Amino acid sequence: MKVKIKYFGMLSEVTNCEEETIDFSESHISELLEKLCIKYPNLRNKDFQVAQNQELVSFDTELSSNELVLLPPFSGG
Amino acid sequence: MSDKKPKSVFKQGAISSEFIGESIAKHQTKTSIGAHNIFLGQVRADVIDNKTVVAIEYTAYEEMANAKFHEIREAAFEKFELTCMHIYHSLGTVKAGEICLFVFVSSPHRKAVFEALEFIVEEIKAKVPVFGKEIFEDNSHQWKVNN
Repeated sequence: MKVKIKYFGMLSEVTNCEEETIDFSESHISELLEKLCIKYPNLRNKDFQVAQNQELVSFDTELSSNELVLLPPFSGG
Repeated sequence: MSDKKPKSVFKQGAISSEFIGESIAKHQTKTSIGAHNIFLGQVRADVIDNKTVVAIEYTAYEEMANAKFHEIREAAFEKFELTCMHIYHSLGTVKAGEICLFVFVSSPHRKAVFEALEFIVEEIKAKVPVFGKEIFEDNSHQWKVNN
């Protein structure tokens, strides 16, 4: 399936884009992240969390949405 | 109840002192209120490696951020005896010395507003996906990290 990946903050500098669509046939978020880390090796050194359906989820969660969002540490306020 | 409905918290650019003043004035008709408490987050001109921060550029994962702001509001109304609550956060560029976060809580009594304000601000810092890019005077930047 096609998955839209969104990158925020410093992560969009690592990937050089704010969003992209990736073909993905496995089931877990960790597998998708592995794919992204191969594409963007510098992503491995970055601290980030992932959200699907606007909620933070752990990396071993199954992908249940066609959109995954990568979020660096929050720095609001 | 109208104060509890979800609404966008984000404002483009700095939050002006006029806006803050008008928000206070609007509450003069709500005479069950006996205490207000206000938090204003201001952009600091930090000096890092001899370079001074001149502004912070804020971006957010807005859909999730608005949902989180809503959850924080609901939790605060649940926990504390509040009459109303307003939260505004900047997006885009906010210069050093300008206000980027405005949290305003009101209650019949003072104790509730002291406790509620700290709870709300800490929750915002921890749970809302907002990202600050600190811009230096030479146009270079670094990504802000909350302590």
